[in-house]
Amino acid sequence: MLKVEEQTPVVFSSELLAKFDDIKSRYPADKSKSALLPLLHLVQAEYLWVSTPAMDKVAEYLNIQPIEVYEVATFYTMYFLKPQGKYALEVCRTGPCCLVGAEKILSHLENKLGVKEGEVTADGLFSFRGVECLAACGYGPVLQISPEYTFYENLTTESVDKLIEDLKNKI
Amino acid sequence: MSRKLLLEHINVPGINTLEVYRQKGGYRAVEKALKTLTPEEIVEEVKKSGLRGRGGAGFPTGMKWSFLAKPEGVARYLVCNADESEPGTFKDRYLMTYIPHALIEGMIVSSFALGAKVSYIYVRGEMMPQIRILEKAIAEAKAAGWLGKNILGTGYDLELYVQPGGGAYICGEETALLESLEGKRGNPRIKPPFPAIAGLYGCPTVVNNVESIAAVVPIINDGGDEYAKIGIGRSTGTKLISASGNLVKPGVYEIELGLPVEEFIYSDEYCGGIANGKRLKATVAGGSSVPVLPANLTLKLANGEPRLMSYESLSEGGFATGTMLGSGGFIAFDEDQCIVRNTWNFSRFYHHESCGQCSPCREGTGWMEKVLHKIEHGHGTMEDVDLLWDIQRKIEGNTICPLGDAAAWPVASAIRHFRDEFEWHIKEPIKSQSQNYGIANYATPIEKAPVAEEK
Repeated sequence: MLKVEEQTPVVFSSELLAKFDDIKSRYPADKSKSALLPLLHLVQAEYLWVSTPAMDKVAEYLNIQPIEVYEVATFYTMYFLKPQGKYALEVCRTGPCCLVGAEKILSHLENKLGVKEGEVTADGLFSFRGVECLAACGYGPVLQISPEYTFYENLTTESVDKLIEDLKNKI
Repeated sequence: MSRKLLLEHINVPGINTLEVYRQKGGYRAVEKALKTLTPEEIVEEVKKSGLRGRGGAGFPTGMKWSFLAKPEGVARYLVCNADESEPGTFKDRYLMTYIPHALIEGMIVSSFALGAKVSYIYVRGEMMPQIRILEKAIAEAKAAGWLGKNILGTGYDLELYVQPGGGAYICGEETALLESLEGKRGNPRIKPPFPAIAGLYGCPTVVNNVESIAAVVPIINDGGDEYAKIGIGRSTGTKLISASGNLVKPGVYEIELGLPVEEFIYSDEYCGGIANGKRLKATVAGGSSVPVLPANLTLKLANGEPRLMSYESLSEGGFATGTMLGSGGFIAFDEDQCIVRNTWNFSRFYHHESCGQCSPCREGTGWMEKVLHKIEHGHGTMEDVDLLWDIQRKIEGNTICPLGDAAAWPVASAIRHFRDEFEWHIKEPIKSQSQNYGIANYATPIEKAPVAEEK
């Protein structure tokens, strides 16, 4: 997954670095590595994915080895290691949601968007994937949209169609 | 109506704000604890309450607190486990969304009892909206002097931070959570040492579930003895149950422990019965990890007595005929659901979420997923069922953390109670692709055991 390829170097903005500083202040001075997960979320919110140069910069900022960042970014499922659509739709596909039709929602998305799970639509707007339990089992089927992680509950194929139209018109 | 301690004011408009929360008596527990009680007295009240960990293990909270090491000059930490990821469980999300101050109030009282000056709420990363809600509520509380330096002029300082996770079920295990909070992969640690001795940054640490911490508030307000009067036997107090699956009214309900399971499923006060007029086939009573039970054993014990929503009653009969209360994630399956497919789904979940540290879990969960996929899709053999049984037995008890057990139990219980359905998939490979096995005899009522006549 972490192929060595040419990736655009990144420079973090001063606003982003100010947020980094705020998070780092939450931990004892010699334990700033604790900031790693929150920092990667901030990076992803800014760039919509976590590139290798961005991870290297985070390592530099926290004064840790790049491998310490890579191993975390690859362990946790929320970090996108390749570019996603502007709206990355994540549909819960675990037990309780499947009892009420999550699989139908996933296949509907595939048809509607015309791409397979993990691919990005040609206009760069959408990508989707199935994810494991999102802790909203009573309101299933559910999906969330990063980077805000807004939540949509009790989905039907109609409500998914409407959601996609709304997002398209938002631009 | 049963008593509500946590969700009493859930429908009050604006209860998510400090102002309304205060009007409804919020933060009284902080005043009482910091001004009139010593940390030891608070721990004593929690012990008296009989409160048991609401995250799933059910370990007595007061006892857990009393294990905390207190070496001189070493920081202590309280970490709230809000990583809620057990399929079927969504009560903590609900509590944090609608009454964030209940958790913050509980955190202040508990941190004071444990002598923590900095506490963290570790929230699963997917719950970004809840993280924003909590951060706003913490800022409100801090501006009003409930957090920060010298709270209420008592000289007690506390900083409270929210830490997002990165999307990993395993981080709900307390030592994996601590690893994650330290900025590492969520690999569970070998215990001992337990977190009470060496937890976050090697310091003594208590990790408690959201609901356990919120329950400390009514315990301090009304006293541990009052709390212990609610419930049944060693299952004291109220419990949040997350109800999902094929129910008329899925959602989060606060129940007094000891409520009959039948009443919980069918009464209009709770779930209102099975959706679309169907019949109940099976349930998973405490989150995906606990054994699945057919409808008849859900409603009645093996001896025909009614089964109750309590730690003891749900586990009555051991794994042969019982299950566990776990985290209170109650999943109902109607007569058209396929147990094989659902077991495969759960196995895929555990395979996906295994951290990969222990071979039995890393390899075994993948095998189970593949074998179940094979059976579900009509390519299974009778030997596969035995193979599944063999694999789950070799995972259970052979891993560092309970994820291995959690992956093994759903498979074991599905074979134990629904073996006919697995065999039907194998004998009817084509039919099983278009039809369901149905309810069979899984809902046949259990007769009350005859009482031996006196001679």
